[in-house]
Amino acid sequence: MSKVLVIAEHDGSQLNGSTARAVACASELGLEAVDVVVLASDGSSVADQAAKLTGVSTVLLVQNPVNEHAVAALLAPQIEALAVDYSHVFAPSTTFGKDLMPRVAAHLGVPQISDIMRVESSTVFDRPVYAGNAVVTVEAAEGLVVGTVRTASYSAVTEEGSASVEVRGVSVTLPSHTRYEGLKTSGGGDRPDLQAAAKVVSGGRGVGSEENFSAIYGLADKLGAGVGASRAAVDAGFIPNDHQVGQTGKIIAPELYMAFGISGAIQHLAGIKDAGTIVAVNKDADAPIFEVADYGLVGDLFEVIEELEKAL
Amino acid sequence: MKILVGVKRVVDYNVRIQVKADGSGVATDGVKMSMNPFDEIAVEEALRIKEAGKAEEVIAVTIGPKVCQEQLRTALAMGADRAIHVETDDDIQPLTGARILKALADKEEPKIVLLGKQAIDDDNNQTAQMLGALSHWPQATFASEVEINGDTALVTREIDAGLETLSVDLPAVISVDLRLNEPRYVKLPDIMKAKRKPIETVTVADLNVEVAGSVKVLKTSAPAKRQAGIKVDSVDELVAVLKEKGLI
Repeated sequence: MSKVLVIAEHDGSQLNGSTARAVACASELGLEAVDVVVLASDGSSVADQAAKLTGVSTVLLVQNPVNEHAVAALLAPQIEALAVDYSHVFAPSTTFGKDLMPRVAAHLGVPQISDIMRVESSTVFDRPVYAGNAVVTVEAAEGLVVGTVRTASYSAVTEEGSASVEVRGVSVTLPSHTRYEGLKTSGGGDRPDLQAAAKVVSGGRGVGSEENFSAIYGLADKLGAGVGASRAAVDAGFIPNDHQVGQTGKIIAPELYMAFGISGAIQHLAGIKDAGTIVAVNKDADAPIFEVADYGLVGDLFEVIEELEKAL
Repeated sequence: MKILVGVKRVVDYNVRIQVKADGSGVATDGVKMSMNPFDEIAVEEALRIKEAGKAEEVIAVTIGPKVCQEQLRTALAMGADRAIHVETDDDIQPLTGARILKALADKEEPKIVLLGKQAIDDDNNQTAQMLGALSHWPQATFASEVEINGDTALVTREIDAGLETLSVDLPAVISVDLRLNEPRYVKLPDIMKAKRKPIETVTVADLNVEVAGSVKVLKTSAPAKRQAGIKVDSVDELVAVLKEKGLI
């Protein structure tokens, strides 16, 4: 019964890219099977997408109208009921997984391993602490292993699989104490999702204002890139929170990360360590961002962006 | 209505931590220690709810060795009414911590437990959710706005997709994110006043809490460093290197 169950993250119609990264981590455990569960109101198209992920044996589809929105207090009891057939239960360490999995683990009386970045064996893992300034190698406690996967540490598995989809009924009593009221997204338009984008253009305090951020958006659109921001820029109200990159925002691993007017606080650097190539543009030649940048350019970010747009 | 708020003593967020050469952990001798920044935001929010007339008492709680009372004093100086110190020299992991908080919640019967979304040392981001599970209470994590309306709370949460709003029945656990508020500065007279506020000390055994199985740390290492890069002198040079690498 050495099997891992990966909890799919999705929005009801699209499987979130974090799921394929969590599957990549789960596949390294070397267990008998990697299964994925889709908890949704309908979710059949999401289940079909999950079934294509390479390495997945079975996709469980749990359909319930209460699963229309991902509310941890409602999803957790359903996952606990499914967990009896598994030795491991994993989810991506996105806000979805971070919210959900400790609730599952605590009910089942086991600790959780957060932000798995490397699998050494089915019970030994590496995870970052202190905003990634140290790495601990940890051994899970006895019993079910509940973990979240640091998605930036894994590349998505390919889509060459053909798992079977099994509709599964789960009969548990669900609480009525938590109600979903709504979601306000910043509406990124056609821009790629920050966590999946191959290129990300990011702005910091140096951008100066919400209006000035149009320069960042402009360059991003020209490159087909996602848009990120430092905490300082989000705090200042230049850009909505879902663009924040860093220890407490999104941890990303694009092929190209371009930081404009970002000084490079430890907490921000924690979110971009796994980027392929980091480019930094900053007026301050001593900014810590230059310590991690592959290519640094000291100068006015607006002039640089203008020149870049011309050169592209 | 009472509010219970969790406070953890951690290495100050400005400290550049050093991994010990023998892999046994990070150096903490002589390092500045502070209240976890997320917990400061939780304390501040509890005080604001009280100041708005929606709560009568704010109780700060910490778990750890004797020195953790420093952080409880900070919470008291900010304005908490009293404090509970669960004294232990053991390494308390999130599940056991959540069990301890549940035992205290059973005793104190708060309507809200406010916790930081994560501690900046172990970065686990688990305790609030675990407490929610053990208490069978609603949880609203990563809060950037909290509105108390009688027996319910409307909480705006910072999630990857944007800002989500949940309505939860009280009692509930709320974990706080950075943009919820800006914690107040503590003034000297408040520090003096805080010295007279009560701190009750209890042990894990007093609370009849069973210590959970724990995640064992085998070793601590320094992270892989990125190779230092180069400075380019012009946009043309930058474009040339990025083109050469096939990045643009």
